[in-house]
Amino acid sequence: MTTGGPAGQAATALEAPPPAPQGRRPRRARGSRASDDRRAGYLLISPTVVIVFAMVVLPILWTFSLAFQQVRLLNLRTTGIIGDYSLENFTNVLTSPGFVDALTTTLVYSVAGTACAIGLGLVAALALRAPFRGRGLVRACMLLPYVAPVVAATFVWSTMLNPQFGIVNHYGASLLGWDDPIAFLSSSDPISPFGIDLHVSMSLFTVVLFEGWRSFPFAFLFITARMQAIPESLEEAATVDGATPTQRFFHIVLPQLLPTIAVLTVLRFIWTFNNFDDIYLLTGGASGTQVVAVRVFDYLINRGDIGAAAAQALVLAAILAVLVGIYLKFFGRSEDVA
Amino acid sequence: MSSFNRDAVERRIFGALRPLTIVVLLLICLFPFYYMLLLSFRPLDAVIQDPGALWPKGGEIDLGTYRDVLASPEDGGQGFLVFIRNSFIVAIGTVVLTLLVAIPGAYAVSRLEFFGRRQISAVFLGVYFFPAILLAIPLFVFFTRIGQRGTLLGLLVVYVAQVAAVSIYMLRNYFDTIPAAIEEAAAIDGCTRLQAMRHVSLPLAMPAIMSNALFIFMIAWNEFLFALLFLVEKRENWTVSLGLSQLAGSIEVPTTVLMAGSVILTVPIIALFFLSERWLAGGLTAGAEKG
Repeated sequence: MTTGGPAGQAATALEAPPPAPQGRRPRRARGSRASDDRRAGYLLISPTVVIVFAMVVLPILWTFSLAFQQVRLLNLRTTGIIGDYSLENFTNVLTSPGFVDALTTTLVYSVAGTACAIGLGLVAALALRAPFRGRGLVRACMLLPYVAPVVAATFVWSTMLNPQFGIVNHYGASLLGWDDPIAFLSSSDPISPFGIDLHVSMSLFTVVLFEGWRSFPFAFLFITARMQAIPESLEEAATVDGATPTQRFFHIVLPQLLPTIAVLTVLRFIWTFNNFDDIYLLTGGASGTQVVAVRVFDYLINRGDIGAAAAQALVLAAILAVLVGIYLKFFGRSEDVA
Repeated sequence: MSSFNRDAVERRIFGALRPLTIVVLLLICLFPFYYMLLLSFRPLDAVIQDPGALWPKGGEIDLGTYRDVLASPEDGGQGFLVFIRNSFIVAIGTVVLTLLVAIPGAYAVSRLEFFGRRQISAVFLGVYFFPAILLAIPLFVFFTRIGQRGTLLGLLVVYVAQVAAVSIYMLRNYFDTIPAAIEEAAAIDGCTRLQAMRHVSLPLAMPAIMSNALFIFMIAWNEFLFALLFLVEKRENWTVSLGLSQLAGSIEVPTTVLMAGSVILTVPIIALFFLSERWLAGGLTAGAEKG
């Protein structure tokens, strides 16, 4: 969830298994102590339950109600829980032009963004594996893209990539000999590296790079932590047996990391799939970067069509649930290990 | 064995690649922030004339951008001083309120057996995989209907609801590490549960509570989507993030002035991050080591 903030996501993700029940207390004391505990437990948890229920659970349920009604920003004040329910929003949304495109864009963005972030995170973790002077500071610097405010990060990226006075185009022209400045964030021309047409616009490519840049520290943190737990003796033994660095990586380190990478893939995929901020701030959803979350926002605010926005958001959540379900079905086992 | 020694070749290649990789990674991580700082000091004309400059020329440093961005619109500025105040109100309010509900909550989930304890955790966790945009719709509608959209208080309540569950997870993990025996000793000395919590476990959990507070502050300070949905029509209530994003679209405000705004938005976060980095990074990965 975007609001949870990147770091918040990490904390949730890494939630430890429920604590083991505490040791048995003497039998006599148990009865009154246990009921005291129960009462205290309800008392202490209730403020959180109330606020989360009122501000998260109920609103989600209400989204269902909104999605089946014709609610617009204009007639908002007259709409109640009881209204004319119909599937119209869903049929409109699913058949409207651009929805399938938005879904494809979302998929490309999430898969490529996740791959970029994890790939870069793995490279960073490997490069910083052996200790050296100042490694702690370098590691901390690696986390900056992740903790920096998203609005500042997107703003500085769009300035750097600006076709008129951006530093990237300046050096692209003077050092790399680009003929024309590249409109990284407003060009819908498909990119075609080595003549292969990927059906991916320049802008989509750029927002994927941004996602990789911004999220790799998350993968880096996880992978580094897991790497530290690999027993040194394994690699030492392999070295003695004559294994080269790549052999040690592919046969010892990588297999140990795979469960962690599998979990990371799920988490990053979910958050990238739901991501709104980055694309909205970088391109506003223009030039082939309109993902479903941005489209929902567009329906909600610019068109004032709350019902359609709600229906699309639910479709988004449903597709995500199905994709994650499929993934867990195939890789669920490795996740248990992690 | 041939004279071609794969092991030696690989070692040499990776030995050379490693420092190179580290330098490149550092560059991509740090350069955008350096560029932000650099542009905030340079006059706009100078940037347009010489976009490739990597440091300000002699005598070029201009702090006028900061004055422009901070001054109120009546004085010809962008009013960031007010945005900073709003961001602080929302962020600190979120921290205080969240801790007030999350500390008891985390304690309860960690220590006390009560019916539904596990289910509550599961619900909280599940909620975090919902798209924020889905949650945004009903909250937008709800706060519009009760006339609280556009107020900092409305935004604050939403933030507390969003971070309370995360906060409970982080704190609960810490409470789990405090041996229950310490509290049992206090109970034998006649403390009730709540007294034991207040006088024994809470002081022990202080480091975790502090890092949690910093962490909530960062989330609330950086938040964008809900600020946009709730406050966009009320300029006097804009947060720094929202103000920057809104002004970034207008042609009238020079980019260098907005870069000064970006620096103002980023500096508190980076400062907090380096102050608490050990704690935060530790908190982020706690549990990841489990095999």
